[in-house]
Amino acid sequence: MDLRDNPEEAAFRAEVRAWLDENLPDEQRGGRRSFDDDSREWSRKVYDAGYAGLTWPKEFGGAGAPYSHQAILFEEWSRYEAPQHMGVIGIGMAGPTIIAHGTDEQKTRYLSKILSSEAIWCQGFSEPGAGSDLAGLRTRADLNGDHFVVNGQKVWSSFAHIADWCILVTRSDPDSEKHAGMTYMVVDMHSPGVEVRPLRQITGEAEFNEIFFTDVKVPVENVLGEVGQGWAVAMTTLLHERGTLGFALTARLEVEIRKLVALARQRDVDDPVILDGIAREWIELQALKYTNYRALTRLMKTGIPGPEGSGIKLNWSEANQRVTKLALEILGPDSQVMNGELGGYWQFNQLRSRGNTIEAGTSEILRNIVAERVLGLPRSR
Amino acid sequence: MDFSFTEEQEMLRDQAREWLARYDTDRIAELAESDEGWDASSWSELAELGWTGVSIPEEQGGVGLGFVEQAVILEELGRALYPGPFASTMNALPALEGERLEQVAAGEARWSLSLNGDGLVPDLAAVDHVAVADEEGIWAVTGFEVEALPTMDTTRRLGRLSGGERELLVGAVDAPLVVAQMRMHAQGSNAVEAVGIAQKVMELSVEYASTREQFGRPLGVYQAVSHPLADTYIETELSRSLAYWAAWSIAESDEQAPVAAAAAKAYATESAVLACERAIQIHGGIGFTWEHVLHRYYKRAQWLAAYGGFPAVYRRAIARSLLAPAAALA
Repeated sequence: MDLRDNPEEAAFRAEVRAWLDENLPDEQRGGRRSFDDDSREWSRKVYDAGYAGLTWPKEFGGAGAPYSHQAILFEEWSRYEAPQHMGVIGIGMAGPTIIAHGTDEQKTRYLSKILSSEAIWCQGFSEPGAGSDLAGLRTRADLNGDHFVVNGQKVWSSFAHIADWCILVTRSDPDSEKHAGMTYMVVDMHSPGVEVRPLRQITGEAEFNEIFFTDVKVPVENVLGEVGQGWAVAMTTLLHERGTLGFALTARLEVEIRKLVALARQRDVDDPVILDGIAREWIELQALKYTNYRALTRLMKTGIPGPEGSGIKLNWSEANQRVTKLALEILGPDSQVMNGELGGYWQFNQLRSRGNTIEAGTSEILRNIVAERVLGLPRSR
Repeated sequence: MDFSFTEEQEMLRDQAREWLARYDTDRIAELAESDEGWDASSWSELAELGWTGVSIPEEQGGVGLGFVEQAVILEELGRALYPGPFASTMNALPALEGERLEQVAAGEARWSLSLNGDGLVPDLAAVDHVAVADEEGIWAVTGFEVEALPTMDTTRRLGRLSGGERELLVGAVDAPLVVAQMRMHAQGSNAVEAVGIAQKVMELSVEYASTREQFGRPLGVYQAVSHPLADTYIETELSRSLAYWAAWSIAESDEQAPVAAAAAKAYATESAVLACERAIQIHGGIGFTWEHVLHRYYKRAQWLAAYGGFPAVYRRAIARSLLAPAAALA
């Protein structure tokens, strides 16, 4: 047990910080993120520095670095409040799925442009009628000679308005039910019949989109894995979505708590209830951070994520909701005015935090997963 | 960065769990309701196993390991609800040196401590030495009289001490630092014991929810039952991370050790109390009986939460240092 960076990790962290000092101008740091911004330039810089796809194998253009480097990179990016990387869906989800299930030709065709962010990716999983119960999806893919004809609607898709490609899960066997008869495919977002409409959230911003597919032709060579085996491929994507994510989330919470403490100091907070809340969230942050380290150690030693990290996203999301609400309480009645301090930073983040317990697995689904897969309790369904 | 136990530390855990298997529900109930409250004959075995001297240097007859190994043992003792004065003795160690350490390692001296100004001494009737702090320093008190207090947790009884002979252990100049050390060690051991308790009551609850049937199905299929258990699992893992962070920081004299210990004590003891409360609720009527072991875990968890101050006391201190003008906390 040694909770310090080893010399090699410390060197990498120092390198990342020096690079961020050099390459991230102050005006691009912090504030609240706008999802209208196209940060392709920033993403290109990240790629040129070799930080895109850090843990991807070298043969696919990655750095073949250990997971600890990915963790350090996420931590430092978040601490510096760097802009979002345009390739998060491609690098974190589409790419690893293509590496696991793609043909050589598919790997050659897609992977390098994912890393360079020349091609932006989005995800087509959730549907209006299939949220937590993904297996209830109804977007149809009908085989017609050398292509599928896709019809249906996807929802909650980040980046779809600027995406070039979509990882799409469809029902290719109309008589199938649940997990059978699904096919996973890569769809060109510039194809005729693809329509993207922004979805405005409770924050007022449109961070996500709806995608409508009307008689969209998708060549059969775009199928990832086997026709009819789409569920297994989709599970690979979701596994990666929930992988080293914990580090990015925890580092973001660290920034949030730092700002909360600064706000409390500036306002001379002495209300014992608020002070208790601040200490609680600071402790929760340390607990999440050190749980990440335990999970990372296990991942590095065994190659498999252990169960200890399975609650990180769940507890992070609830902590973020409490932290942002505490900030509003400190602001007092002024908190209802959006153009106040920090340009509505806390108001935006408080409203946005309500999505945290819904996206990337609702808290209810995550508790089911812990109960059934970690504790071994009987299945509820 | 390596946040895992070594093979030797895992072996120590296995050894502890194996030895502690003797403390089954019936045995714990028997000891908890006995006059003594524990089996004094177990102490020489703890010494033979090397546990009483686990963190004592080899020159003083100890095993020469550190606080992390001590924490491994304490977690297992908590899990088994071991009723002897092990934690009390270990928490007094920062005030001891030389021959006094040798006696502890050899199993010839059992200690408790009185630091908090409340006069409440854990395990008083089961020890022969007490480290008492006042303005003049830290004293070794022996030959004292014991006023036994009717403690909720009868496996860790509190007492008030009077009389006895005093010998100075640490002078007034060094005492504040050593008292702070002892407090920090106590917080660390409260936290790891709490982890052991939460883990045990969670296992009991999972077993019960998997076998007990109502409306023709095992309780665990109902999310009103399984989701609180999922929360217990997650909180126990978070407690574990904090408790091990504290243990490592104490062992390494890391600058974060005091705040790590305070954070671990606050979070882990509160989570253990909650874990017990959920366990009692999930067990239903049987969980509310004297016969079932759960109430003993619940009382220990509350004891640990209360010792040296409830979690809110520690959170107040953490908030104060966070908001101090030159906050040193990361």
